[in-house]
Amino acid sequence: MADIEVETEGRNFTINFGPQHPAAHGVLRLVVELDGEIVERVDPHIGLLHRGTEKLIEYKTYLQAMPYFDRLDYVAPMNQEHAFCLAVEKLMGIEVPRRAQFIRVLYCEIGRLLSHLLNVTTQAMDVGALTPPLWGFEEREKLMVFYERASGSRMHAAYFRPGGVHQDLPPELLEDIGEFCETFPKVLDDIETLLTDNRIFKQRNADIGVVSEQDALEWGFSGVMVRGSGVKWDLRRAQPYEVYSELDFNIAIGKHGDCYDRYLVRMAEMRESVKIMRQCLEKMPKGPVMETSGKVAPPNRAEMKQSMEALIHHFKLYTEGFHVPEGEVYCAVEAPKGEFGVYLVSDGTNKPYRCKIKAPGYMHLQAMDYLNKGHMLADIAAIIGSLDVVFGEIDR
Amino acid sequence: MSKSLGEMQEYLLDGLGTALTGSDLIHDELTLHAHAEQIVKILVFLRDDRHCRFETLIDICGVDYPGRARRFDVVYHLLSMRKNMRLRLKIKVEESGAVPSVVEVFPAANWNEREAFDMYGILFSGHPDLRRILTDYGFEGHPLRKDFPLSGHVQCRYDEEQRRVVYEPVSLTQEFRNFDSLSPWEGAKYVLDQEADGEGR
Repeated sequence: MADIEVETEGRNFTINFGPQHPAAHGVLRLVVELDGEIVERVDPHIGLLHRGTEKLIEYKTYLQAMPYFDRLDYVAPMNQEHAFCLAVEKLMGIEVPRRAQFIRVLYCEIGRLLSHLLNVTTQAMDVGALTPPLWGFEEREKLMVFYERASGSRMHAAYFRPGGVHQDLPPELLEDIGEFCETFPKVLDDIETLLTDNRIFKQRNADIGVVSEQDALEWGFSGVMVRGSGVKWDLRRAQPYEVYSELDFNIAIGKHGDCYDRYLVRMAEMRESVKIMRQCLEKMPKGPVMETSGKVAPPNRAEMKQSMEALIHHFKLYTEGFHVPEGEVYCAVEAPKGEFGVYLVSDGTNKPYRCKIKAPGYMHLQAMDYLNKGHMLADIAAIIGSLDVVFGEIDR
Repeated sequence: MSKSLGEMQEYLLDGLGTALTGSDLIHDELTLHAHAEQIVKILVFLRDDRHCRFETLIDICGVDYPGRARRFDVVYHLLSMRKNMRLRLKIKVEESGAVPSVVEVFPAANWNEREAFDMYGILFSGHPDLRRILTDYGFEGHPLRKDFPLSGHVQCRYDEEQRRVVYEPVSLTQEFRNFDSLSPWEGAKYVLDQEADGEGR
């Protein structure tokens, strides 16, 4: 008799979501406990992409460590490099030339477009729309060509270096970026016509994964995840780095803190990014793009053939590398996904003693259990999509 | 920002008193050094005091100093969005010691503490679920400790005969070489002709 009673109560169902699931945006394994179709508990298992970046960095010189940052959030590589470069520059007390600062801002905003385009469109795909990714990826390809023309590589750029950026940009490239800034808002309009008022898209996203302001603080959220909940917090404005304080842009915030608001915030941010890029192109001065003392950045090739001192600098920089004074700093940038920070401890040698990478997605994914509780199984895909997680940075 | 950070430093030294062991203000960044036992009390104060409002936990991480008696630093980074200020809090803990968990104060501390445990083996007492997080299922050792080799201890491959993934001790075709590339005139601590272990310093 007792057996029958247990049967009628029903049992919870535990399923594995991933690690190979198209909506998991990488290698995420979720152990989901379901009561019917209602999610009772979510336990994310991460680390499937763990490469030991922080350990590897401790064994490399500062310059050799830099390219690892491209491989963290591989959707917006230069934004990560930026945080590391800022940390090194802060410890060494290096002033970056103005032109390099504008180039950095320009490319950081390109990175933001790359990331938001990917996120918005693939999140739409997770909830059933197929066209947005096709349109969005066409634009991403153009942006990656800009990456390639600056650095020689579409994704793993290694373009920002301590002291500036590696090479100056040719004028034709700046013209082409300017042209892109003219045509791109039209594409954003097109993507918006597909999504913003789309009934299915709204039904799948509005009131899903609601984050209140208080929760956003408690869970350590940053970036779009707090702005979607109505907190006006953007490091580019609150703690400006490079030339952001001179640029005119708005900060988009949401009202409800649900997936739909976060989508709207991302769309608005893309328009602001285009605005910032235009201003960078206008205001960019002429001049060097790299610190010129020869102590951090190598001299140019022609000089090296002429000057003994330049040759010595070159040799020293590529064998021993530069030394960073003893100390510790934490530097953060407003990466597309939120606050990306680098906590750098130096012991005065040519290699970092400790380099902790603070990835925004780590904090966001952590809240999966809290965000999904009580939602339907199908909402998991919508919520993961709107958290904007990339496993390169979460697993490190 | 620097001036108000200086004021914050004084305010915190007053407010927290003996819970702190010191503080620095370097590179425009405020660092507090604290007793490990007091960490929960300090964080509650920093979060709730109306002049502080450090409500966002940015990060918790470990740092390893194998030469020290209290081997590990546990570093907490906090952010106050309302005051637009950052703060670093450092405590020291020995290898066998435990740090009170702060999950009750900041739910976001959960994974960060798990990571510090995974990477360094730092124990957090009172943590609801102190499992490994980033390393493989069944992993042994704590990879970010300075005495853990870069190449690790095991490697895995798919075994065709057994039809499963097998773990084996690491075998390197070439011995691992760690170039410190420091100039022998200024940096290197070893004497060249006595250096027989091949590992540098």
